[in-house]
Amino acid sequence: MSIFVDESTRVVVQGITGRDGSFHTARMIEYGTRVVAGVTPGKGGRVVKGPGGACVPVFDTMNEAVAESGANASAIYVPPPFAASAIMEAAESGVEFIVCITEGVPVLDMTRAYAFVADHGVRLLGPNCPGLISPGKATVGIISGDIVTPGPVGVVSRSGTLTYEAVGQLTGAGIGQTTCVGIGGDPIIGTTFIDCLRAFAEDGETRAVVMIGEIGGTDEQEAAEYAGRSLDLPIVGFIAGQTAPPGRRMGHAGAIISGSSGTAEEKIRAFRENGIGVARRPVDIVHLTREALR
Amino acid sequence: MNLHEFQARELFRDAGMPVPRGRVATTPEEAGTIAADMGGAAVVKAQVHSGGRGKAGGVKLAGTPGEAEAHARAILGMKIRGLTVHKVLLVPLENIASERYVGILVDRAVQAPLFMVSREGGVDIEEVAATNPAAITRLRVDPRFGLLPHQAYRLGRALFDEPALSRQCATVLSQLYQVFMQNGASLCEVNPLIATETGEVKAIDAKVTIDGNELFRRPALESMRDPDAEPAAETRARAAGLSFVKLDGNVGCCVNGAGLAMATMDLVKYYGGEPANFLDIGGSSNPEKVVAALEIITADPSVQVILVNIFGGITRCDDVARGIVEATQRADIRAPILIRLTGTNEAKARDILAAEGFSAFTSMDEVVRAAVKRAAA
Repeated sequence: MSIFVDESTRVVVQGITGRDGSFHTARMIEYGTRVVAGVTPGKGGRVVKGPGGACVPVFDTMNEAVAESGANASAIYVPPPFAASAIMEAAESGVEFIVCITEGVPVLDMTRAYAFVADHGVRLLGPNCPGLISPGKATVGIISGDIVTPGPVGVVSRSGTLTYEAVGQLTGAGIGQTTCVGIGGDPIIGTTFIDCLRAFAEDGETRAVVMIGEIGGTDEQEAAEYAGRSLDLPIVGFIAGQTAPPGRRMGHAGAIISGSSGTAEEKIRAFRENGIGVARRPVDIVHLTREALR
Repeated sequence: MNLHEFQARELFRDAGMPVPRGRVATTPEEAGTIAADMGGAAVVKAQVHSGGRGKAGGVKLAGTPGEAEAHARAILGMKIRGLTVHKVLLVPLENIASERYVGILVDRAVQAPLFMVSREGGVDIEEVAATNPAAITRLRVDPRFGLLPHQAYRLGRALFDEPALSRQCATVLSQLYQVFMQNGASLCEVNPLIATETGEVKAIDAKVTIDGNELFRRPALESMRDPDAEPAAETRARAAGLSFVKLDGNVGCCVNGAGLAMATMDLVKYYGGEPANFLDIGGSSNPEKVVAALEIITADPSVQVILVNIFGGITRCDDVARGIVEATQRADIRAPILIRLTGTNEAKARDILAAEGFSAFTSMDEVVRAAVKRAAA
């Protein structure tokens, strides 16, 4: 099993004719993801060619794309000025799941888009995230299929490359994954750690979860409390940013310690208090996960 | 991006908020002249991107132009939390009857703008939040409707008992919300908002932080950026499209991805070293970025070793390898470079590096241990 995406997911790519959109459309198709349509306003009627003779029809609007192709998920690669609008268009189009890869979306744009998406009852992943991959089934976003392998571990992370690092080490040690989800590094994101933990707990095949957080905000603390209270699922935790100075944005818009809130120490303490094993180094993730699976 | 107080005050005034007019001086003499124009008495305030200016001696009351000049002489050039003061703001003295705190920020927990107001004004609000949280009133604003009039009035009532003052305060809060939304801010703060002895509400301090993601559509705000207010390396890094934060250690770090960059710094510390910086070359694989990154790192005299940690996904290892080779040919990279590369196009990258006499690790743990050892030698 897996969470959020699998072999039945039918993906429409928003911004399919752009540099990033066309590149990752090809990679998704190569991995076996069913990319059934694309949208670029003004370019409807074209066809984007993919590997293995794939032909993806391009539409002007999401409504047309969904009506014609029966897509049930969207992947967004449009530039930051248009990303919030693309998210809201997707929410209205009838897809159930939206993955927004775009980095640099204005945060106030996202506050409105977030409320709009919530009103439509649609799940949003991101923005500023690498997407997600269910090994052997589908990848939606930019996570490479080379580093994953099917297995019993769920991975959820706020960071892209740190996810690769952790997943690469798990795969190298022969520990496979059900789904690897990057929830994104922005302050306003659609899907949180709690949402992913809940989905992994309901997934019959996920036997342990690796949760990779970073400084800023309280999402990890809330997820730890939720897990301690309501879940019977072993979790291995890692927090990046123990050496980050307060008040400075560390790359990700959301990775900032405000005053004394959002520190790595605070998050690690919340993990420990709720029975989550804490990896001090990335290499420790592997043996803690192995123990968790026992 | 942080604005200076004098810049934030202009945004407030443009929105119609009651903010006394101030003037900026860059020399003590200029400060004396401005104080004389104001009638002699003035408050002299350091313009620097840091809280705690008052405690650090960066805010002084002057009774005469001579005093204003003397205070400006003491404040200009002073360092507050590591930042040098290049400008002072002079503002008129006010007769303060009471002080309040008002602020609005994007709150990630409620996923919306959130007002925080308190009767405990003029003090560190973080401290109030820690010691007396009940003294802070919070209000979530639905960004689709904005701050509604009855909500503004409710906040005004939370701050002042006197109806005339709470009404004035409600107007100020509505104006502050306009400033926040129209400038793409992530934080707007007035501390203190005062009531004068004659019953006027005034904002006598101003703090505004603009969301960096908004700057592409707000060139007027981008032009307010003060290059003197940050280390030169950070200005240079931004121009090159890199995320960079200077730290105090001697292990220079060049990494792809913010999370991996933080994890790399943490691992340096774990093995007993000290990172010299946070640096994320981003997801794209442009050799030029790597060249700029290595030049910026090596310009820091405390750097003893450069640690390159790349997990190639979208970033292609061969592009990074090309950047490393180019940097060593074009610039004088005086510190030894230890490299870890894995992922997309790793084999090609190893060939490029080997041809120039470099080798690369595959494990993050090993390269960090080696770098820490080298920095200590």
